[in-house]
Amino acid sequence: MLDRREFVGKLLLDRKNLLVIAGLGSPTYDVAACGDHPLNFYLWGAMGSAAMIGLGLALAQPAHRVLVLTGDGEALMGLGSLATIGVKQPGNLVIVVLDNQRYGETGMQPSHTRAGIDLVAVAKACKFADGIHVSEIGAVNRIRDLVHNGAGPILVQARISSDAAPRVLPIRDGHAIKLRFMEALSDL
Amino acid sequence: MQLGSIVIDAATPVAVRPWHEIVQETLKRNDVKLVTYVPDRVFTPLIKNLHADPDFLTFPTAREEEALGIVSGAWMGGRRGAVLMQTSGFGTIPNVLASLVVPYQVPAIMFVSERGTLGEFNLGQALVCRTMRPVLESLAVEFHTITRHDELEFIVDRSIKQAVATQAAVAFILSPLLTGGKVFQA
Repeated sequence: MLDRREFVGKLLLDRKNLLVIAGLGSPTYDVAACGDHPLNFYLWGAMGSAAMIGLGLALAQPAHRVLVLTGDGEALMGLGSLATIGVKQPGNLVIVVLDNQRYGETGMQPSHTRAGIDLVAVAKACKFADGIHVSEIGAVNRIRDLVHNGAGPILVQARISSDAAPRVLPIRDGHAIKLRFMEALSDL
Repeated sequence: MQLGSIVIDAATPVAVRPWHEIVQETLKRNDVKLVTYVPDRVFTPLIKNLHADPDFLTFPTAREEEALGIVSGAWMGGRRGAVLMQTSGFGTIPNVLASLVVPYQVPAIMFVSERGTLGEFNLGQALVCRTMRPVLESLAVEFHTITRHDELEFIVDRSIKQAVATQAAVAFILSPLLTGGKVFQA
């Protein structure tokens, strides 16, 4: 199993102009812990919507790569959005689900992935170009290459340990997060 | 009249443009050229014409909440977007409004085809309709109920400009008085 902070840290190494949407809760803390960046869009709510924000951004900015980093509970709440992505086929969109098979923010209750629900299989059924399970850190370079160069849409289900990581809280003002992101994007 | 057919602009002179043409032209004039929707019978001519217009990127989502996420991401990417939904679809979006669209100040342009009033046959539609305005009011989201054809263009045009300028969402509730609504035989 992967350590979430090590995996996200190595995934975001040398990120270039990567646009990153972070799902609420631990993925937002993970992305912040790897170094704040103006092209990080941190979510503090809208559970189930991270992939759709990524789709809207990917369609509006086809020349840039978009990475959605989110959790298994968040992804499960928006399963229909995988079908919408499959219809639109954004080549520049990659979704990485950090799967600890639990709802970490609410008391570590098991999620559906704990029962073997396979998000990669769901993504493939939704006509994603690729879907990959990863559970060893040795695979991270290959995943990072897919994030930057792979033909999307791609979904990666990354099996992480359920060990809690220290909370690293980025800015919480949504309007400020959005404006900072838009200004940085307009400078690219 | 056929079962499930609609009356469009029943009270409007023939020479006047249909409401959906006014909406489409006003969106285009304001550079709102991404339209996501969950289908609705009253919106059928608007959806058909948007798909046929190469200036627009128009596509359906599985759920209205998705459409709000998409226009939020698109706005961050520099593209203005609108969402079309039915009253019952509005009932699925309070969380994404309250935790994304409103606090992140996304100028989402929402069109709601109003069911649940003026001849509704389905109690569920009537009940969800009663939740819509209180939700919008509680979040202080600007909204207009549009009943009159002669006010449609002014309200939509000015409100889109205000939404973009103030980075605040707006909802247009299109009344059966404007669109004819969805009519069923008893």
